[in-house]
Amino acid sequence: MRGGMRLRLGFLLGLLASLADISHAMAQAGPHDRPPHQVWSFEGPLGRFDLSAVQRGYAVYAQVCSACHGMKSMTYGDLAAMGLTMEQVSRIAATQQVPGGVDAQGDPVTRAATPADHFRDPFANPEAAAAANNGVAPPDQSRLALVYPGGPDRIYAVLTGYREPPAAYRPSHAGAVYNPYASGREIAMPPPLRDGQVVYTDGTPATTAQEARDVTTFLAWVAQPHLEARHRLGMQVVLYLLFLAVLVFLLKRRVWSDVH
Amino acid sequence: MTDAGSRDMPDEQEKTGVVAWLDARLPVVSAFRREYVDYRTPRNLNGLWNFGAILTVVLLVMLATGIFLAINYTPTAAGAFASVEAIERQVPSGWLLRSIHVTGASMFLAALYIHLFRGLYYGSYKAPREMLWLTGLVLLAMVMFTAFAGYVLPWGQMSYWGADVAGKAVDAIPGVGPWLEHFLQGADAPGDVSLHRFFILHMVLAFAVLGVVGVHVAALHVTGSNNPLGIEPAGPRDTVPFHPYYTSKDALGLVLFALLFAAVVFFLPNVVFEAENFRPANPLHTPADIEPEWYFLPFYGILQSVPSKFGGLLASVGAILVLFLVPWLDRSPIRSARFRPFYRVCMGLLVVCFILLGFVGRHHAQGGWMIAGRVAVVYYFAHFLVLLPLSARTERGIVLPDGIADAGRRGA
Ligand code: HEM
Repeated sequence: MRGGMRLRLGFLLGLLASLADISHAMAQAGPHDRPPHQVWSFEGPLGRFDLSAVQRGYAVYAQVCSACHGMKSMTYGDLAAMGLTMEQVSRIAATQQVPGGVDAQGDPVTRAATPADHFRDPFANPEAAAAANNGVAPPDQSRLALVYPGGPDRIYAVLTGYREPPAAYRPSHAGAVYNPYASGREIAMPPPLRDGQVVYTDGTPATTAQEARDVTTFLAWVAQPHLEARHRLGMQVVLYLLFLAVLVFLLKRRVWSDVH
Repeated sequence: MTDAGSRDMPDEQEKTGVVAWLDARLPVVSAFRREYVDYRTPRNLNGLWNFGAILTVVLLVMLATGIFLAINYTPTAAGAFASVEAIERQVPSGWLLRSIHVTGASMFLAALYIHLFRGLYYGSYKAPREMLWLTGLVLLAMVMFTAFAGYVLPWGQMSYWGADVAGKAVDAIPGVGPWLEHFLQGADAPGDVSLHRFFILHMVLAFAVLGVVGVHVAALHVTGSNNPLGIEPAGPRDTVPFHPYYTSKDALGLVLFALLFAAVVFFLPNVVFEAENFRPANPLHTPADIEPEWYFLPFYGILQSVPSKFGGLLASVGAILVLFLVPWLDRSPIRSARFRPFYRVCMGLLVVCFILLGFVGRHHAQGGWMIAGRVAVVYYFAHFLVLLPLSARTERGIVLPDGIADAGRRGA
């Protein structure tokens, strides 16, 4: 028995240890300043989203980021999950023109998008995206908050981190700007946010910091769309299984009570 | 009709109804009763004997969730990534089914390793259970291929570059390598054809595993289970009927395993999802750190510790092949490591080396890891080829208990 336990323990330890330094792979690419840690409501195993922040973040994305960054995996209908009605979603979709096949003459036409359509890509193809942005295509943002090394903290730090470059700084290519949190302390995206850039319908003052915080929250929500449902269902499943475990344990003990 | 009636089994005559009717024509009911209700099982099996049942249940869960994923999946280089994103975002409960399937793969392999080392530790591979051991190893190989093929399907960066590394490894085989690589991939680099082949391989192997599990369990029911003492039950006092004793014990093991499973699915998905694989495959951009899933790391460690590429491939494949010889390499008549002090220490070292090799794989056998990796590889093979055959000589004058129930009474 003891040997068996040891065996099992060894395996669990090995499993955990090899998984524990997954975050280790995050430190990559060029050097940059360490982004300060922010408090996010969606952090941790029980995190949840502040949906009004997500909605404001969508306003920032729609009015600013979407000019250059696609979000291919999202449909307009997915926006309902941030607390919008189907009418509101349909109205948002209808403001976007998407390819609509061909007309009777065989010429390509566009049509208003529906909730089932995917977000419109700002550029026709990656080459066009790169050509319009000094040779660097803006990354798709569907999973950016998950795949960007440093995650939401670093996205927020980059958005609010533009400042006067040190005297020694020379841009490495046309259009590059200094940003201490970007890889190599340099980024091809000019400062996207400034105070009052976005119109918030809920009356929140649109400071640069507020816009950055909201859009980061939105990106995190888009990257993990079912986070909240996952945590809620998880609590229910775990509680159910704990209860079941007690019952089955008692059953097993009773069944085995006559074996001496 | 009347003639047939006269040949009916007399002792079954009092039974009537649909069940008896069926059982007289196809004895599934009595077979089930014989193999899963009355079936005599050693009374002293510990928690490690739960893992066979756990593996069976996880396999069924994998097949069920896998079918739903396959229905919504597009096996083309252009469509695969987007179809998986659609499963995650737009297909109702798709995120849950996918998360269960991905977590299930890791949990299955973890349970499989525990199951395998349990067999090694308690000598479950020895006569008369050699076929059980061999069918188990066939399952191990099949499951590994299935898991690898499955990991390629979402066509993220790690999927693509993992397939690329594996292709290059096959390519290193002298002579047939390049041909074999081309045969598997359909091209010089992973692409549309490979993805289609991996998709079919993944599905076909997964269902084939189910069939081989049937053979594995059939072999088990020929010999009956081994047990932690490694001695055959001496009489009825040494066994209990499978039901309700081991049904209740397996149920407890399953619920506890399900708790761990749920914790990962709902609260710690980052443990099994590699963030880099949420980037679509890009053949022009090699990721900074290409690394297989954790369950391949020990073999990846072996691959990288050996100086030559082909040698490394031989060693990591050999690490599995050598397991097939274990029933004949071990000359000791004693099964359980509990009564084999020398072998017991060797087994401990083997587990340490296996885990160590996982870390070596993680660190690409660089610097000090290279030395650690080489020591561990040497120990791994020495364990099976030298220490295991010799260990029988260290075992003189060992007295085994006469029966399981008596051993329990003596407080062993
Ligand atoms: C698809 C994977 C597998 C499934 C579903 C499976 C299933 C089972 C089941 C249900 C049992 C009886 C319960 C138990 O003893 O835990 C069992 C026993 C056994 N399995 Fe497996 N197995 C699998 C893979 C393997 C592998 C990879 C090996 C090792 C080479 C293996 C070797 C054995 C042995 C030796 C026994 C008898 C153990 C004893 O009675 O002491 N199996 N298996």
